[in-house]
Amino acid sequence: MSESSSGTAASAPAAAGGANKTAADARFLRIENLVKEFDSVVAVDKVSIDIRKGEIFALLGSSGCGKSTLLRMLAGFETPTSGRILLDGRDIAQIPPYERPINMMFQSYALFPHLSVWDNVAFGLRRAGLPKDQVADQVEKMLGLVQLKQFAKRKPHQLSGGQQQRVALARSLAKRPQLLLLDEPLGALDKKLRERTQLELVGIIESVGVTCVMVTHDQEEAMTMASRIAIMSEGRILQIGAPAEIYETPNCRFVADFIGNVNLFKGKVVEDAADHVIVDTPECRHYVGHGITGTEGMEVSVAIRPEKIRITRERPGGAHDGFNCVEAEVADLAYLGSYTIYHLKLATGLLVKASIASVERLPDWQPTWGDKVFASWDEYAMVVLTQ
Amino acid sequence: MSTRPNWFGRGWLAAGYFFLYIPIVLLIVFSFNESRQDVVWRGFTLNWYRALIDDKEIIEGAILSLKIAFLTGILSVILGTFAAFVLVRYKRFLGRTAFSGMVNAPLVMPEVIVGLSLLLLLVSLQNTAAFSWLNRGMFTILIGHALLGMAYATVVVQSRLQEMDRSIEEAAMDLGCRPGQVFFLVTLPNITQALMSAFLLTFTISLDDVVISQLLSGPGSSTMPIVIFSRARLGLDPRVNAVATITIVVVTIAVIASSLYLARSERRRQKEISAAFSAEAAS
Repeated sequence: MSESSSGTAASAPAAAGGANKTAADARFLRIENLVKEFDSVVAVDKVSIDIRKGEIFALLGSSGCGKSTLLRMLAGFETPTSGRILLDGRDIAQIPPYERPINMMFQSYALFPHLSVWDNVAFGLRRAGLPKDQVADQVEKMLGLVQLKQFAKRKPHQLSGGQQQRVALARSLAKRPQLLLLDEPLGALDKKLRERTQLELVGIIESVGVTCVMVTHDQEEAMTMASRIAIMSEGRILQIGAPAEIYETPNCRFVADFIGNVNLFKGKVVEDAADHVIVDTPECRHYVGHGITGTEGMEVSVAIRPEKIRITRERPGGAHDGFNCVEAEVADLAYLGSYTIYHLKLATGLLVKASIASVERLPDWQPTWGDKVFASWDEYAMVVLTQ
Repeated sequence: MSTRPNWFGRGWLAAGYFFLYIPIVLLIVFSFNESRQDVVWRGFTLNWYRALIDDKEIIEGAILSLKIAFLTGILSVILGTFAAFVLVRYKRFLGRTAFSGMVNAPLVMPEVIVGLSLLLLLVSLQNTAAFSWLNRGMFTILIGHALLGMAYATVVVQSRLQEMDRSIEEAAMDLGCRPGQVFFLVTLPNITQALMSAFLLTFTISLDDVVISQLLSGPGSSTMPIVIFSRARLGLDPRVNAVATITIVVVTIAVIASSLYLARSERRRQKEISAAFSAEAAS
């Protein structure tokens, strides 16, 4: 993974998936230089994304980052200030929402309170002017898909949150849209129900085979459900990639910090070779086992995930003795069952987080408060962030 | 804090209730009074109710009032809904402030002024050839009441539209509704309760309006309040007490019935919601 830069990543899974994926499928939904301004405030700033046919794509970002505006432009509720939205080759940016082959599942579900579950699901089919028996067939099929057949006659308020969510899903899938939009699909559910529903939802979407764009602020939700994720901040896309790619090779400090936990060491590149670089930081000297696009003397940050750090009593020897190791004192620790989080205080005052998996049931030695320890990591554990 | 009952507060409460309801109680009591003239109890009788049946003026006035009130309610709700929809949904258009001010003006303007200006308008219209048919009567009263009622209906519908979840309208559009269909298929069914209360409110306002009715009524078009008003000027008439008592009884029954119905359906709704959630928790 350390060899793949984010630029070539998009084509790699497609090639692995088989040769039958055509170029048109890879650009099924093409967003080109999309801009949305509200009274001179730029909500979405020159966003370009290509979304493959059949994939679940997540827009991830904190609130106000422009992800919802982007989704609303796909649905047709907002008109782009400039840029194009191509769905299967057709520019849909100026088409009103009621003529787009796109359906959306709303965060609040937006079920029609005055209609029964059955009529809610049938609503879109009836507007399309389908004959009665076809409407009935499709509604039955959809209710079967979300396992709500026995609730067909109920009104939305007679359903629990999870059931309402499934009605909303059935309703948005009923018209067989070319593109399904999910706005914080599980945001209104409580945590326990959310975990159970995530994979269920993915299963249903994949069984239908619809291309799906979802918006979420919950990184776990995005990583569980989506095949690719776009990280958004202040209206811009910072990185697009598969969950593992974004986690293991973030391309900037914001992404590294936004997804999971990270330790950042700020320093300078002192040796820049094709297969390795050496970065000097006040804490220690880092030997990084891959080349970077940078120059000697450049200011960079070295990012290390907490789970990639080892804690030992003795200074570890090895291939790169003297590199990638700091002396520290255990300032705090939290035992969480499957792993333990350590806060290690370095001589420079920097706090380093390390999480150690509970591999052994009763280990010989466990660091405790006040212990002098050595924290170390190997040459492939790090990512050098230039921005 | 002492647990001693607060006699001062209770006294005020009692005084308040006394002040509010004693006139009504007196009116009901005296509608059964045998004496015609004064406010002295002379014995129980149903004569005034019997006399009411033969009193053509009051019966006709009541029928006219009901007709006007019914039509006012319908007209006000239709016009008020349009006005409210425009005010809530379109945040920016030329003359929005002026429009919202005009819609609300009848609420704050003294009724006499509203009635008088309408009267002036009608008289000057009548002098033109095109509107010479426009005689004062039921139609002109209806116009006056609808003007007032529309303002009230707008306020009621506006607040309902404001609290309504807009995403259900977006969902309708997303599922293929054109804007017009969205209004009739989704918006309207979800504000029916507000439309009902707006109708009842404007119906009531029209039913007991004297000022505008008086100014805009013509010969032979006296609504019930006008009849009662003119009778009261000639001295106390126990038949008026009887009419008032009937009105009070009808209104009381309607209010109690509707609040019982609302309370019951709300209870049932809450029960269904908790049933839905506990069923899921059990699964």
